[in-house]
Amino acid sequence: MTGVPPGEPMTVTAGPAGTAAACAAEARGVAEPPPKGGHGEAGLLLQVRGLSTDFAMKKGTVHAVIDVSFSVREGEVLAIVGESGSGKSVAALSVLGLLQPPGRCVAGEVLYKGRDLLKLPKGEMRDIRGNHISMIFQEPMTSLNPVFTIEDQLTESIRLHLKLDRRAAVKRAVEMLRLVGIPSPEKRIKDYPHQMSGGMRQRVMTAMALSCDPDLLIADEPTTALDVTIQAQILALISDLRDKIGMAVILITHDLGVVAETADRVIVMYCGQVVEEATTEQLFERPLHPYTLGLLRSIPTMEDTEATEPLYMIRGMVPNPLHLPRGCAFAPRCDRRRARCAAEQPALIEVEGRKLRCFLFEPGCNQAATALSPESAQAGGAVRRADSEVAP
Amino acid sequence: MLKFIIKRVLMVIPVMIGVSIIVFSLMRVFSPDPAPIVLGQHATQEAITTWRMANGLDKPVVVQYLTYLWGALQGDLGVSYFSKASVAKEIGARFPATIELAIAAIIFASIFGILLGVVAAVKKNSIFDAAGSLIALVGVSIPIFWLGILLIMFFSGFLHLLPSGGRINVLLEPARVTGFYMVDAVIAGDWAALKDALLHLVLPSLALGMYSMAIITRMTRSSMLESLGQEYVRTARAKGLREIKVVGKHALRNSLIPVTTVIGLQFGALLGGALLTESVFSWPGIGKFTVDSILKSDFPVVQGIVLLVALIFVTVNLVADLVYAYLDPRIKYASKKEG
Repeated sequence: MTGVPPGEPMTVTAGPAGTAAACAAEARGVAEPPPKGGHGEAGLLLQVRGLSTDFAMKKGTVHAVIDVSFSVREGEVLAIVGESGSGKSVAALSVLGLLQPPGRCVAGEVLYKGRDLLKLPKGEMRDIRGNHISMIFQEPMTSLNPVFTIEDQLTESIRLHLKLDRRAAVKRAVEMLRLVGIPSPEKRIKDYPHQMSGGMRQRVMTAMALSCDPDLLIADEPTTALDVTIQAQILALISDLRDKIGMAVILITHDLGVVAETADRVIVMYCGQVVEEATTEQLFERPLHPYTLGLLRSIPTMEDTEATEPLYMIRGMVPNPLHLPRGCAFAPRCDRRRARCAAEQPALIEVEGRKLRCFLFEPGCNQAATALSPESAQAGGAVRRADSEVAP
Repeated sequence: MLKFIIKRVLMVIPVMIGVSIIVFSLMRVFSPDPAPIVLGQHATQEAITTWRMANGLDKPVVVQYLTYLWGALQGDLGVSYFSKASVAKEIGARFPATIELAIAAIIFASIFGILLGVVAAVKKNSIFDAAGSLIALVGVSIPIFWLGILLIMFFSGFLHLLPSGGRINVLLEPARVTGFYMVDAVIAGDWAALKDALLHLVLPSLALGMYSMAIITRMTRSSMLESLGQEYVRTARAKGLREIKVVGKHALRNSLIPVTTVIGLQFGALLGGALLTESVFSWPGIGKFTVDSILKSDFPVVQGIVLLVALIFVTVNLVADLVYAYLDPRIKYASKKEG
């Protein structure tokens, strides 16, 4: 395996030395798969490369995930952000091979500790699921089976993966419930899901996902269905457990507040594509992609209560997934689009150690190097030139 | 739970009174006068009057009904106009045959119905699904008597594999203890009788169960498709469970809740007497007895059978509801408060 596979984003060597080094590290990780069973040198746990997922519908094919690449390091929290229908959940389900027809992965690879999960035999994939990589779903009310007790559902994966007998499995299940903060777990374990509140059920889901000490937890909007106080508790719980167990987390959300609080790195998705990837700090301090900027500007802030202007909204609607625009998918809604945006697809390029899919930041673009800060944008859209911030 | 059962049992009373009023009046309005049928075409007017008085048919209908009701409450359903034997005894003699057939038919229908339904749902839009739908369609639309005749022609007439009718070879009939040949044969340790009775049961239960099987197949398929799309099924897959456990445990248990009602109702219907099947296969059960009694205007027998069938329906419904509570813990019949 040499060279850059077709799914890998086009890399533009950026100016600052630190970025180049990061790129080199990345390239090394790509070229040499980490030894089986062990971890890659860079601590890479999961590498998704050029993943594309299609849904063959009667009216046409929906490209739900298009050429998505990202990686997760050990113990890292990676957030995937995007609107509903941006493909973030589908990407997560593709990683675990949980897509149901008509959904199908059509391209790419999902390397977990060097093994491509998409090519794994069913039996081995089952061993990964719930054991090495586990998942928490959005709807705690419906994600648990209503006709079995918590004990039954919780011990199922423990007995399967940890090969414990019933009594030991129940003991472990009770421990897990205690860990996620369910009071008197010995009693509650006999309950049916309908006897618990939404927050409790999501704790049970979390306990279930963590019961086999996974290396990676995929949390698909784990707090969306919960009210705010419970949201905070669940997020604190996940962060807390990450520190205790040392697992990595992929946090899928549309809530930027959640991202700011928990994530190390962020991927922004739009219409099935990654449009921006950056560390949380970078993203919140200086969002580059017009879509990310729009997302950040549409969050109400405390100062807004005094403001007379209405809250910013990204104009227009998410395009119909059956008829995506020919050029950049965000172009029809973009405040800064140019003729080229409607005609050509921008590639994912690397800029200052972050990745972007926008022509504005391509080298040689005379309009490039215009980064907006949320403040300046809100102040009336004044564009601040920042030549020094972008590679020539 | 106990409160629920008591409530349901008490509800039987108005149902039974309603049913008895309906069947009592219908028989008297639409059936021909039984007297000439019992006494023969050439009976004298005097003999007819005497017979009518002896059987209480000369009194006003309301009085007749109240007399009947009073008797029925004490367990006396009257005597058959023809055999002069008590109705309870006449029904008791034939009911085991019907129960035996109904059980065999519902077992056949449930096993194959659920199996076909599950396969059709899991392999949606495949050849299995199409085959399942075809079988279900044929099952609901094919007339039982015609299917019965075809089965007899093929398996009995052509292949000589199975008997064409009756419950058992008369020479092999086991000593009567319960009236159920299977049970009686086992009690007597008579394996030849058991085998013969089983062979006699195959074709009629197949013919009788076909319709129920079709209904159960459809119900299972649609209910299973719904369960398979639920998020808890995805959770089960995300745990790394084998597909057979995902389908057979997590999806099936939920799908069986509506299927249970259907099976219960079908079983009730089957117990009510398979009029056509019993006639085609000369099965000596209450279905055949009902047809004969209606044709002969044997009022007490028809009334007795209808009351029994009504009672069976109510009971079967109750049992189906109780099985519900077992399958779905969210259903609590007692007024116990749940958090």
